Amino acid sequence: MGVEGVFRGIMRRIYCKEEVCIGCRLCEVWCRIEHSKSKKVLKAFLYEKERAIQRVQVEERGAVSFALQCRHCEEPDCVYSCISGALYKGNEVVMHDTSRCVGCWSCVLACPYGVIAMDEVRGKAWKCDFCEGVGREEPICVEKCPNEALRLALVLEVEHAESE
Amino acid sequence: MKSYLLPEFKIDREEERCIRCRVCERQCAFETQRYDGELERMFSDAEKCVGCQRCVIFCPANALSVSSNQFAYRLNYGWTRERISDLKKQAETGGIILAGCGNDKPYRIYFDHIVLNASQVTNPSIDPLREPMELRTFLGQKLDSLALELEPGSEFKDVEIKMELPPTVMIETPIVFSAMSYGAISYQAFKSLAIAASGYGTLFNTGEGGLPKDLRAKYWKNAIVQCASGRFGVDAEYFNCSTAVEIKIGQGAKPGIGGHLPAEKVSYSIAETRMIPEGSDAISPAPQHDIYSIEDLSTLIYALKEVTNYEKLVSVKIAAVHNSAAIASGMVRAGADIIALDGLRGGTGAAPKIVRDNVGIPIELAIASVDQRLREEGIRNRSSIIAAGGIRCSADVIKAIALGADAVYIGTAALVAMGCTLCQKCYTGRCSWGICTQDPYLAKRINPDIAARRLMNLLRGWSLEMKEMLGGMGINAIESLRGNRDHLRGVGLQEWELDVLGVKGAGE
Ligand code: SF4
Ligand code: SF4
Ligand code: SF4
Ligand code: SF4
Repeated sequence: MGVEGVFRGIMRRIYCKEEVCIGCRLCEVWCRIEHSKSKKVLKAFLYEKERAIQRVQVEERGAVSFALQCRHCEEPDCVYSCISGALYKGNEVVMHDTSRCVGCWSCVLACPYGVIAMDEVRGKAWKCDFCEGVGREEPICVEKCPNEALRLALVLEVEHAESE
Repeated sequence: MKSYLLPEFKIDREEERCIRCRVCERQCAFETQRYDGELERMFSDAEKCVGCQRCVIFCPANALSVSSNQFAYRLNYGWTRERISDLKKQAETGGIILAGCGNDKPYRIYFDHIVLNASQVTNPSIDPLREPMELRTFLGQKLDSLALELEPGSEFKDVEIKMELPPTVMIETPIVFSAMSYGAISYQAFKSLAIAASGYGTLFNTGEGGLPKDLRAKYWKNAIVQCASGRFGVDAEYFNCSTAVEIKIGQGAKPGIGGHLPAEKVSYSIAETRMIPEGSDAISPAPQHDIYSIEDLSTLIYALKEVTNYEKLVSVKIAAVHNSAAIASGMVRAGADIIALDGLRGGTGAAPKIVRDNVGIPIELAIASVDQRLREEGIRNRSSIIAAGGIRCSADVIKAIALGADAVYIGTAALVAMGCTLCQKCYTGRCSWGICTQDPYLAKRINPDIAARRLMNLLRGWSLEMKEMLGGMGINAIESLRGNRDHLRGVGLQEWELDVLGVKGAGE
C-alpha cells in the first residue's frame, strides 16, 4: 500500500511536542510582542494603544499542554468560508488581510482547530501568519519556546489520489 | 499553630515592567506567585518562596528579582539565621529537619587550598591544541603481572597472553555521573544523564531505583547499576544490563542513614522499575542486612560477579568516614574492582539536615589517605578509585586525580548543568526545574534533548580545560597525573593537613 499523488511542494509546518510543552505560554507572549507595532515587550503590553493579538493558543488540561496555531491546511476551510476575501492561500501559508476582514466569524466557525482568534473590540479575526507578516524567516514562537517544544518541520505536500 | 518563621526570600517585582503575563505564576511550583484578576496585577507570597529562581529566569520582562532575606534577625555569629529558623521549625513540627543537596556549611574545601604546578624553562609545557592529549581512563583491576607466551626466536612478533584478563571499562574522560535514582529524580532527568553518558562515552549510575526497561537496550553499555540495601529493581537481567554493578554501602550526604522514597512518589512506572507495589513506601534500610563484615562484602561481590559471568566490574561505594582507608583496604581485598568514595559534601534528594551537615569527612582527605594506604599495602592496582562529593569544576577533577583518584563522580554539578539552582528543596518533590520531582506537570520541564546537550557541553568544557591544565604541567596523559602529588602544593594549610594530603606547602 502506498500514497500516490501529485507533488505540490515542500511545506514548512510548526509542530508542538506535547511531551515537553510545559504550558509556560511564552509562545503566546512572544507572538504578541512580534506582532505589535514596536516589537518591544514593555511597549507591546503596557503602552501601545492598538493592542496586538497573539495568534497561538496553549491548550492545557492537568499536566498535558500544547501550543496550537494555524495548521495552514492544504484545503483551508477558513479560506473557503470567508465572505469578504480577507483570507487567502499564500505561497505555503494561509494569510489573512485584516483590512478586508468584516468580523463575521465565519472562519472562526469553519476552522476545525479553533485557532482563529476573535477580536471583538476591533471586530476583526486574527490568525497565525507564520510570522511572514512581520517579515521573519523563522517563527518567533519556535525560536523562543524555552523547552524546544515547538519545532519547524518540512513536510511533503502531496495532492492525493486514491491508491492501494 | 502560628508559625514564627520568617520568609527566607524577598521577591521584588518592578510593577512598571510587569506585563501580567502570569508566566511566573505558572512556573513556580510552590504557588508563590498569584494573579489577581480583579486588580489585574500580580502578588507574591514570599513565605512560600524557596529561592529556586525559576520565575526570574522565565519572566519575559525581566521584572522579577528574588533575593535572600538576609538581615531579618540581628546579626549573630553563633545564633545564625539558620540556627534560629531551624529551632523555630522544630518547635513547630517536633520532627527531623530534612534537606536536599549537599552539606552547605563552611568546612574547609581543600580543593581551594591546593594549587597546581606548571612547566617553566626547565621542562616544556604541551599545547593541547597541537599535540595529542589523553584523558581516556580505564576503570577496573590492573594486573600484578602478565603471563605471556613468546614463540622462541620470533623476535616478539608472536606474543600471546596466557591468562584470563579481568574486565576493564574505558571512559573517554575521567568524569562519571554519580548515582541518582529514578524516583529521586524524574524519568526525564534520569534519561538525560543516560543519553549524555552514552553520547560522550562515559558512564551514568542508576542509583538504587533500578533501570527502566525501555532504557536498557540503548544505554546498558554506559550504566553502572546499583545494588543498595533496599534491593530495588534487582534481578539477574538488571545486573547484566550494565557495564558495572555498584554495591552501595553509604552515601556522603548521609553516612549511616538509609533512604525513604515516600509512597506518593511511587508511580506505576517507578513501582515497575523498582519491583514494588504501586503507591508503597520504598524504604532502604541503613545497613545492608547481609553485610556485617569484609567477608560478607566479599560474598556479595562474588555473588554479583558470578551472576554477571565475571564480565562486569563490581564497585563498592562508601561514604568517606574516619577510617575509610582501612575499610577501603578491606574492600579491595574483598574483590572490589572500583572503590567509590563519597565525601562530606556529596548531595542527596533527602537527608536529615543534621546528618547532612555533620557526618563524614572531606573527600580530598579521603582520597589521599585511601590512595596512600592502598599504595603502602601494594594493592592500589587492584581497584580503581572514583571520588565523589563536591567536585565543582575541572580543577577539582585534576586535583582529585593528582591526589590519587582514577576518576570522579559528579552529581550536583550535573544537576546544576540541567537547571538545578541548589535550592535544597529536593525532598519536597516540587522541584520547579523538573529534576527532583515525579509530578508529570513539573517533570516535563526537563526536555532530555536539551538537558543531555547541556550535560555533554559540560563534559566537553571540563575535558578541554583539563587538557589545558595537563599541558601546562607538561603532562600528556591523565594516567601520568594519577597520584602524582608532586604537582600539587598546599596554600594556607596546617602541617597535619599537608601530611594527610601528602602534598608539600607552596614554596617548598
Ligand atoms: S512556549 Fe513552548 S513550552 Fe511554553 S507553552 Fe508554548 S509551546 Fe509550550
Ligand atoms: S508562527 Fe508567528 S504568527 Fe504563527 S503562532 Fe508562531 S509566532 Fe504567532
Ligand atoms: S520558589 Fe522559585 S519560582 Fe517560586 S517565587 Fe521563589 S524563586 Fe520564584
Ligand atoms: S513573569 Fe514577569 S512579567 Fe509576567 S507576570 Fe510574572 S513578573 Fe509579571
